[in-house]
Amino acid sequence: MPNSPSDEATDDRYSALYDLAVIGAGCAGLAGAVAASERGLSVALLDAAGQIGGQFYRHPAPPLGAVRPQALHHDWSLFAGLRRRLEASDIVHLAGHHVWTVVREGEGEWAVHAVTAADGTGERPARVRARTVLLATGAYERHLPFPGWTLPGVVAAGGAQAMLKSGLVLPGRRVVVAGSGPLLLAVAASLSAAGARVPAVVEASGYTGYARRPGVLAANPHKLMEAVIHATGLVRRGVRLRTRSAVTQVHGTDRVEAVTVSRIDRDWRPLPGTGRRIACDALAVGHGLVPQVELATSLGCATRRTEDGTYALALDALQETSVRGLWAAGETGGIGGADLARTEGELAGIAVAARTRGRPELARGGRVRELQRRRDGMRDFADAMAAVHAPGSGWVHWLDDATDVCRCEEVSAGAIREALADYGARDARTVKLLTRAGMGWCQGRMCGAAVACLAAGAGAESAPASPERRPLAVPVPLGVLGSLEPSEPTATPTGPSGQPDAAGPDEPGRPVDGRTRPSTAGPCKPAD
Amino acid sequence: MPTRSSADLIVIGAGVVGAACAYYAARSGISVTVIDRGAVAGGTTGAGEGNLLVSDKEPGPELELALLSVRLWRELSDLLPPRIEYEAKGGLVVASDEASMAALRGFAARQERAGVKAEQATVDQLRDLEPHLAPDLAGGFHYPQDAQVQPALAAAHLLRAAGGQGSGGVRLRLGEEVIGVLTGANGEVRGVRTASGDVRAPYIVNAAGSWGGELARLAGVGLPVLPRRGFVLVTEPLPRVVRRKVYAADYVADVASGSAALQTSAVVEGTPSGPVLIGASRERVGFDRTLSVEALRRLAAQATRLFPVLAGVRAMRTYAGFRPYLPDHLPAIGPDPRVPGLLHACGHEGAGIGLAPATGLIVARVLSGGQLPLDIEPFRPHRFDAAG
Ligand SMILES: Cc1cc2nc3c(=O)[nH]c(=O)nc-3n(C[C@H](O)[C@H](O)[C@H](O)COP(=O)(O)OP(=O)(O)OC[C@H]3O[C@@H](n4cnc5c(N)ncnc54)[C@H](O)[C@@H]3O)c2cc1C
Ligand SMILES: Cc1cc2nc3c(=O)[nH]c(=O)nc-3n(C[C@H](O)[C@H](O)[C@H](O)COP(=O)(O)OP(=O)(O)OC[C@H]3O[C@@H](n4cnc5c(N)ncnc54)[C@H](O)[C@@H]3O)c2cc1C
Repeated sequence: MPNSPSDEATDDRYSALYDLAVIGAGCAGLAGAVAASERGLSVALLDAAGQIGGQFYRHPAPPLGAVRPQALHHDWSLFAGLRRRLEASDIVHLAGHHVWTVVREGEGEWAVHAVTAADGTGERPARVRARTVLLATGAYERHLPFPGWTLPGVVAAGGAQAMLKSGLVLPGRRVVVAGSGPLLLAVAASLSAAGARVPAVVEASGYTGYARRPGVLAANPHKLMEAVIHATGLVRRGVRLRTRSAVTQVHGTDRVEAVTVSRIDRDWRPLPGTGRRIACDALAVGHGLVPQVELATSLGCATRRTEDGTYALALDALQETSVRGLWAAGETGGIGGADLARTEGELAGIAVAARTRGRPELARGGRVRELQRRRDGMRDFADAMAAVHAPGSGWVHWLDDATDVCRCEEVSAGAIREALADYGARDARTVKLLTRAGMGWCQGRMCGAAVACLAAGAGAESAPASPERRPLAVPVPLGVLGSLEPSEPTATPTGPSGQPDAAGPDEPGRPVDGRTRPSTAGPCKPAD
Repeated sequence: MPTRSSADLIVIGAGVVGAACAYYAARSGISVTVIDRGAVAGGTTGAGEGNLLVSDKEPGPELELALLSVRLWRELSDLLPPRIEYEAKGGLVVASDEASMAALRGFAARQERAGVKAEQATVDQLRDLEPHLAPDLAGGFHYPQDAQVQPALAAAHLLRAAGGQGSGGVRLRLGEEVIGVLTGANGEVRGVRTASGDVRAPYIVNAAGSWGGELARLAGVGLPVLPRRGFVLVTEPLPRVVRRKVYAADYVADVASGSAALQTSAVVEGTPSGPVLIGASRERVGFDRTLSVEALRRLAAQATRLFPVLAGVRAMRTYAGFRPYLPDHLPAIGPDPRVPGLLHACGHEGAGIGLAPATGLIVARVLSGGQLPLDIEPFRPHRFDAAG
């Protein structure tokens, strides 16, 4: 893995035309990069982070390395294996590279544009050219606001987990874990293993939903065992698991002092009179993850609605997106966990090798069939999980008009309701235009789901027709943009698919995105 | 198909132009139904920047429309809530060298004869007007009539205010696409067809922006509206480093150009909420949203050339919009003699926010038989027909 900072090497790293550029060095990207490299491809591996591992194998930065990261990861040996293979390879690892866009650069060639300050000389543009791209950018957390969620001491569940893994900091001493999804159990287990008291895990769904899909469960014993182990460990430590409940209010003046936990109905509507106060000094909340797909959607890649109302990339049997030459693996194709991400990454790496080396038989071998079988089983399980934990439409009843929904721009639920009822907004985009919700630092990653649900609740469109557009995946300094190499603008009046693009994938004013596969699931699961 | 309620006038399109038509028509006692297949301001209005400019316009019919419009926007700013973010902040056009300063002087002199206020600014005066401007510019002109609104909020509040006292009433039908124009025995307009039914009215206004050509086709007439793409860069929120609308003199040439190739000349301006807007590129590439790295590079390079302090500032987002563009760069406004009852109000290209009120007023006067505020002959919708 040559990434020595010598000047000449630096130039080479950006002038080469790689067979494959992998964006994201988490489970999926790592597995894809080594699989392709071991089949003879030249590979560049870009990641915004300084070290490999992504969200799952997040580990303390070297100065903090005193503790054994393995203690927080049961799959550590698998990661160590990928890391060894990466070190043994000639993959060019470009750490600290924030990719802001990928553009087509002629037939069968892509340019990956990043901002980097990795060599310590200030931010500058970096451009990597490759014949194919593997998008393995993972996911970010979904937030659903509720009264008090902006109080210090309220943290994101996955964020708390990440903090533990990378710096081993606890968000508090008595931490209530709430929201929905399998991540809650993992987070509670980590928190309590690290010494926090966890008085309750508050899960909005019931687990009974899983029982309705016995086939899926039987095919995924590993997943199931993981949950059971987490749950039994928690029970032993005195953690109470409350299902069909939600934190509907946070109390405290300067910081969290307690939360109110209410029972909710199947639609996530709070049942009056069921509120109970639980004292705590922190609240870790999570409502699942959202695939980070903006690099792909900017290129016109087709998406699919997942069972819990997010957008994931629509992929073929070999992990290729609808745009030829662009592959995806891991959470970008739908939330499914580290094991699935690794499996898909390897599959994609092999498929890219088969394509670029002109050896289709590589993609028909026993290993590919085995990986595909495992992937399909895990995807089924992931879909089942998403369906069980999909937010019910009643959660908006937790919100009073004063609750800020967009924290960056301080836009309240009341202002959003007004834009929908009185000003003619109908979807997240027009709410944004009329209220500024989603225009701040996080670019709607934080409030997007909530705004979409409020819009759906207002009876406008039942679901956003397409994922939000974010043509800049990360912020870019103007000085960096302005110092790019001049190039000829592509002035072909065609869409990304090469077809004349009569109306773009989500042309304003066009409610239906023809390229988005419709799904019956809303962002908020309708009452069934 | 069920026939539903009727009105005097149907406005197709709830962008800023449709909203202004509805506003002035309703205010003159006409009952209006506004139909849009999406949301209010969901089209190009939601992608525009809200510059109300006279400074970039050559003397001629468009400038007359713009001068009327800046007066109307000022009136509207007293009637509509402050949330539309109207600011009479003025524009500043700068020249980087003596040659372009000389050209600008000639341009400004012609504009002044047409009623534009333009004040030459020396290098020192430039610094007073905009302390962060690059030190090595040759000079510029200050245009105090240039102003700004937030386009989406302006459209929404025009529609809200349209239904006020003494109004003919406004009904909004959102999420309904017009798929046909209903006509009577003599070819006269009778209403429109949407997916959920027919809506009747003796008059319709085509305010469908960049899709105005399709709408005209539904009515059986030709109107060659084409999309002209533009990208805008939006920075992180900043304290006021840019006070006015500042742009380089070459912008004027870009606007008047009919070329399909990419042209950029960045207009840089601060907004009340903090972000600086840098826009906009112009190119004719159909409705293609694919990010143009080259367009962004040029916008960023030009903006940092004018304001070097912006180099360290982050672009948070960028978006593309499609200006409704007619071959002679003038909008189509007024009755279409080919189909009685059909009016057009579209094709305003990069100036639709600015030109909306004057357009709305003209439409209302045509319908109510009032006196026209200016000669609308240059905007006649059938001018592209061989006989027109
Ligand atoms: C906050 C959080 C906490 C989680 N905690 C757990 C847990 O406790 N247990 C569990 O089983 N699963 C957890 N998950 C899920 C688990 O992390 C994923 O299943 C797994 O990491 C998926 O691997 P991946 O390779 O698809 O994505 P990731 O591991 O997320 O890797 C994506 C990589 O892409 C990089 N990247 C993204 N965008 C860009 C860009 N524009 N430019 C450059 N690089 C970019 C990121 O830096 C990251 O390294 C968590 C997820 C999140 C988001
Ligand atoms: C990047 C950029 C920057 C700009 N900056 C400025 C600026 O600073 N100042 C300025 O004055 N102008 C600017 N403009 C131009 C301005 O945005 C447009 O001229 C203006 O918004 C046009 O408004 P409109 O109401 O005609 O069209 P739109 O806002 O597009 O409205 C048309 C509406 O018609 C609807 N519609 C279309 N067909 C149908 C149908 N069949 N049935 C139902 N509904 C239909 C659409 O859904 C849409 O909502 C800019 C444009 C761009 C792209």
